[in-house]
Amino acid sequence: MTDNPTRKGANRRQFLTAGLAAGGAAATASVAHAAGDPAILEIKPWAQELGEGVDARPYGTPSEFEKHVVRRNVPWLTADPVSSVNFTPLHDLDGIITPNGLCFERHHAGIAIVDPAEYRLMINGLVDRPLVFTLEDLKRFPRVNKVHFLECAANSGMEWRGAQLNGCQFTHGMIHNVMYTGVMLRDILAEAGVKTTGKWVLPEGADASAMTRSIPMEKALDDCMVAFKMNGEALYPEQGYPVRLVVPGWEGNMWVKWLRRIEVGDMPWHHREETSKYTDLLGDGKARRFTWEMDAKSVITNPSPQAPISHGPGPTVLTGVAWSGRGTIPRVDVTLDGGANWLQARMDGPSLDKSMHRFYFEFNWDGKPLLLQSRAHDSTGYIQPTKDALRAVRGENSIYHNNGIQTWYVNEQGVAENVEVS
Amino acid sequence: MLKFLKATAAVALISVAGHAAADPLGLGRTATPAEVAAWDIDIRPDGAGLPEGSGDVLTGEEVFVEKCAVCHGDFAEGVDRWPVLAGGQDTLASDDPVKTVGSYWPYLSTVWDYVNRAMPFGNAQSLTADEVYGITAYLLYSNDLVDDEFELSHENFAEVRLPNEDNFFMDDREQSPVFTNRDACMSNCKTDVKITMRARVLDVTPEGEGDDSAEAPAAEAVEVAAATTEASTEPEQPVLNAELVTAGEKVFKKCKACHQVGDKAKNRVGPVLNGIVDASLGAVDGFKYSKALRAKADEGHVWDDASLAAFLEKPKAWMKGTKMSFAGLKKEQDRLAVIEFLKSHSQ
Repeated sequence: MTDNPTRKGANRRQFLTAGLAAGGAAATASVAHAAGDPAILEIKPWAQELGEGVDARPYGTPSEFEKHVVRRNVPWLTADPVSSVNFTPLHDLDGIITPNGLCFERHHAGIAIVDPAEYRLMINGLVDRPLVFTLEDLKRFPRVNKVHFLECAANSGMEWRGAQLNGCQFTHGMIHNVMYTGVMLRDILAEAGVKTTGKWVLPEGADASAMTRSIPMEKALDDCMVAFKMNGEALYPEQGYPVRLVVPGWEGNMWVKWLRRIEVGDMPWHHREETSKYTDLLGDGKARRFTWEMDAKSVITNPSPQAPISHGPGPTVLTGVAWSGRGTIPRVDVTLDGGANWLQARMDGPSLDKSMHRFYFEFNWDGKPLLLQSRAHDSTGYIQPTKDALRAVRGENSIYHNNGIQTWYVNEQGVAENVEVS
Repeated sequence: MLKFLKATAAVALISVAGHAAADPLGLGRTATPAEVAAWDIDIRPDGAGLPEGSGDVLTGEEVFVEKCAVCHGDFAEGVDRWPVLAGGQDTLASDDPVKTVGSYWPYLSTVWDYVNRAMPFGNAQSLTADEVYGITAYLLYSNDLVDDEFELSHENFAEVRLPNEDNFFMDDREQSPVFTNRDACMSNCKTDVKITMRARVLDVTPEGEGDDSAEAPAAEAVEVAAATTEASTEPEQPVLNAELVTAGEKVFKKCKACHQVGDKAKNRVGPVLNGIVDASLGAVDGFKYSKALRAKADEGHVWDDASLAAFLEKPKAWMKGTKMSFAGLKKEQDRLAVIEFLKSHSQ
């Protein structure tokens, strides 16, 4: 493979395949050419010919060599793609911000296409004045910018009974981390004047599922936002364009998309998504309700089953993400031996409240098999539990809120696999 | 958690008072009573929000079979992976809990509210209040909670209790040992580490997703196929009325919950409709047709303009026993448009 002509212009996919076949020898392959590296010795078309002009891509898209970086779904999970979920490719991302086009999707009745000219937000119920706002009205409130993760309560839900899906995209990809621009919900509620009997709010979506969730007034007045921008541009249709609710740190189902109405009431509504769904069935047949906060969690994104070690032994960068619905992540521990011995990872990048955090662990891989795990500590002192510890108190029927420690087995070739260990 | 809620109330009062004192910006306008009534459709466990009306089990069964059974089954037992709505009693603590209206849901109001706001799937908010009462009554019956003479109305609604109501409790995660553990062992935490389970044994990860190697060829194949189709069918393509096709695309939204067209179309509740015009009945690969449709197919019927128009006008009249739970397109213009649209998806 050292002189393989197909290596010319090889894309990442071929590189990975080649790397795996050669047992990690790919890193030294290109310099074995007698006179030197063809990537240097040959004049490449891009070094000679002119490229596209400035207006060729009025809205830029990623390089054609990055076509594999996409959301993916697991077709057998749901009856129909209109009420389904796909997954963020965490293994292909770095830093803490999820690009808009890669934020996982979860719809209950497909993507509603709402004309912003016909967009209305109604506030009613236990208020002094039931009000209607246009999109333009909302943009006249004082604006705020906040970075928050949104995690589906069912993220890792397929792993309750054991290692099932081979890739962090599938085991942990129902999460994204975005900077929202919007206005504080408390400012909008104050405009309508919440009556003293108002203890709960019910946000409702404009889509054909008319999504509703009950949220206690304390949270509504604390940090909930009514957002119209994500990462600086308008919300994407699949994320609720033109307006969604942001409920920092709480399960993603509550972040109602295509938000059309917020009712104020004196008790919760116990609607479908907080009774039949998003309640946690325990081993004894009883069920927890209103489990809103997302517990601290972390996952190693590289190496992982979709992102094997392709360079062979030597200097290796391990990286991953961590988050908590109760604050920040000051510390993540990493183990290479399945939890016998742990070392602190290096946190890098912004540490923001209820936001994704990035960690790195650089080590010299000796080429021997690894059992990789990460363990998040959040700012309240909470420590991410093992899956077995969770199962001991929750049973295996819970579906939601599985924040147990993930294990990847990496073999001598650098190939990674989703496993569980004793 | 209860403590938290009490605190909630206290803090809420303070904060609201604080905001009430601030000058409102005067943004927005007052909602009219008709506007509030149009959107405020939510129902609570105490029955608050219910409109006047009633429906009995037998009427509800008729509506359910016509509008819901295609996904949920005639007896609410669920079709394919669509939700099971009946049965499952005494399974919640087992290895295979079946969470239905009867076995799991705590409040009947949730059924009424959800059916009214989101069902039938793809035609939400199309049911009358009496139909929703009827469907709700039928679901009580199919869960053995009422007899077949039962009638549900706004007057007796709050008297009905579901059996699992008392088995829900407020979030108490903060009391669990998982939450209170503050000990992070750093060295010699285990003596023996063994792999106890591997994802590869189950092998349920979507094909070609573990690495990226399978994807590019597939994409190329699709491109090639698309190019070939274009080249070979263009000359034979009948001239279509573009305006009518566009209008038909809008009408087709009513069909989309069950039918797909286009390159990536797959059979869903209904079959793929690529190339349906002038095709024989019941000819889509891999779709399980009703007996009624197979009988028509055996008679040699073809989906020409006339039969499509007749079927689309009143599906159940043209084909008694069809699985297609669609009321029909009353306007001739809509029928012509959607047929023209289907012609634009000749393959």
